Amino acid sequence: MKKETQKTINTIIPIGPYHPLQEEPELFKLYCDGESVKDVEWITGYNHRGIEKLSESKTFDQVFFLVERVCGICSTSHPFAFANCMEEIAGVEIPDRAKYIRSIIGELERIHSHLLWVGLAGHFLGYNTVFMWAWKYREPVLDLFEMISGNRNSYAMFKIGGVRRDIENDKIPRMREVLDTVKSKTNMLIGAVLDDPVIHARTKGVGVLTKEDIIKYGALGPAARASGVPIDVRRDDPYAAYPLVDWKVITAEEGDVFSKAKVRLLELLESISIIEQCFEGLKKEPEGAIETIVKEIPAGIGTGRAEAPRGEVFHFVETDGSNYPKRHKIRAPSYMNIPTFKKSCVGQSISDATIALAAVDPCYCCTERMGFAYDYETKEKILNGKDLLKLGQVKTKAIRAKMEQEP
Amino acid sequence: MSFKEHIFKKSLWLFHYGGASCNNCDIEILDCLTPRYDVERFGIKLVGSIRHADVLLVTGSINKKDKERLLEIYKQAPKPILVVAMGACGCTGGIFAEGNTFAGPVDKIIPVDAYIPGCPPKPEAILAGIVKLVNRRNGK
Amino acid sequence: MTGAEVKQNIESKWSGKISEIGLKSEKRLFVTISPESLPEVAQYLFDDLKCRFITASALQSKRGFEIYYHFSVDVIGLIINVHVVLPESKPEVESLANISVATNWIEREMHELFGIIFLNHPNMEKLISEGNWEEGEYPLRKN
Repeated sequence: MKKETQKTINTIIPIGPYHPLQEEPELFKLYCDGESVKDVEWITGYNHRGIEKLSESKTFDQVFFLVERVCGICSTSHPFAFANCMEEIAGVEIPDRAKYIRSIIGELERIHSHLLWVGLAGHFLGYNTVFMWAWKYREPVLDLFEMISGNRNSYAMFKIGGVRRDIENDKIPRMREVLDTVKSKTNMLIGAVLDDPVIHARTKGVGVLTKEDIIKYGALGPAARASGVPIDVRRDDPYAAYPLVDWKVITAEEGDVFSKAKVRLLELLESISIIEQCFEGLKKEPEGAIETIVKEIPAGIGTGRAEAPRGEVFHFVETDGSNYPKRHKIRAPSYMNIPTFKKSCVGQSISDATIALAAVDPCYCCTERMGFAYDYETKEKILNGKDLLKLGQVKTKAIRAKMEQEP
Repeated sequence: MSFKEHIFKKSLWLFHYGGASCNNCDIEILDCLTPRYDVERFGIKLVGSIRHADVLLVTGSINKKDKERLLEIYKQAPKPILVVAMGACGCTGGIFAEGNTFAGPVDKIIPVDAYIPGCPPKPEAILAGIVKLVNRRNGK
Repeated sequence: MTGAEVKQNIESKWSGKISEIGLKSEKRLFVTISPESLPEVAQYLFDDLKCRFITASALQSKRGFEIYYHFSVDVIGLIINVHVVLPESKPEVESLANISVATNWIEREMHELFGIIFLNHPNMEKLISEGNWEEGEYPLRKN
């Protein structure tokens, strides 16, 4: 029987829904030699907002609103790290109820962020149903945020010394309901995604980062844990309620896209378990005891970190006794993870480029602005970001077709 | 009915331009496509090229590097085009307006037809804003 | 291994080159060294203590330009902050990017924000400033 081969470069088949990709080259230039990627260049500056400088003109209370908007998806991790930093400088301990609430918010964010990633990865591979389902099951989690804090994103829950709003006990049954649904849908996604032979073919052995690569680049988060480097700030440098509950750090060994997906999906389940234990913890603490009053911040320096869905977020603050930070340094995990593209993309085929890039889960804004592919020798532009995305989707289709044809 | 009014009657095609943003607005736009809001049942969809678009959705505060690109996109857009500035950043620059790289807000760079405030605006607000804009244009 | 033991090891090994060392808490160690000894201390932290480079924070003060290099010893959750002070008239220090690729970007950024010069950096190209501010402008400097 004659098998048809698809020329992936010439037949670009539009596959909806449309991902809002930009026309202009934004972030990545992939230099290609025929079908394979030889080099990756990163162009940036499009997102620079001068946040560190802005922070110096805001009072400490105002800085929380500023750093929440560094990144929308890791929105709580920045206030988390900043609060840890300021409490280190001020030398205060927050009440247990506040610790549980902080961990609940942090883990809910991890859940919504990982579901978002699963959806995007599905879209890049051409599984648009996965995209729709993952984002549909993400909605109730955003509803919970709206119930607790008033906003679906950017929750403004943190302050120095504790949290700004309580999670009243009468809200908890509704939260448990939603989390039960998320748990069963996640198990369904795990079954559908991790056992699919086409997904295995598309993601196993793709975009591999070895343990040595991770250590060399200082990479973080699920990308590191999927390569067998078991770093997690929640366990290594415990904060909030993480030392008060039972949970485990999820790792994998192969370091490919498949491992990264597996780590994120299993972490989702772990997050649900942490939240449920925090609910038990909340029962023991009196409602309303959510902050330690802090009247002033002494002059000094401090460091604070938190485990965002993408890895360690790090803040450094120098204070001078006034109400404003003298210097505020912010480092998001993607800063360390993005340079690993040089390793995970080079040598891959062009059609694997988008999923290899997405697997490290750079902050969404970076994934959105995928760049052009250039010829390595002539430096001529050959494909734009939309084409790269479609190449990845078309490859999946081809593999699926091939598998169905085999007896 | 004039040509302009005719083409804006239904099935709006949106092109999304993201400036220097935290991406909350961008994700809420994508959320509009997902089953709960399912904006595609109204014939509204996101297109990959400005040349196919009826509406230019701008999110994020515009920094100096983005300004050139935004002007370029606007030049390439087939006229008439409706420009919608989304989110606190798009409307006024929001919390980033005092930053040292700020070059906006959007209405200082290109003409804006509608503003959808919020940080980020909920998908319901986005849809309501677009519907209001179209109705206003159609004289309702 | 505890934070106190790490402090002791560093103190004894680099005694001539340390001007200040202190444990702010069990998991926070601060050590001020001369800028010239930075590369060998960094090499020791990477090789002997198996540290992970977190990032570096530069700031300007009355003493000139100061940089805190933050290293993490993940197995005990310790952050070692290595501090150098560079004179305002000559803010130069040897680049660490040849020892560790993880330091490459942050040195470029510190140069763009403060004008600090990292000697022998393998690719001191613009990272965030292109199109956003002019060459020779250093937005985080206090003038």
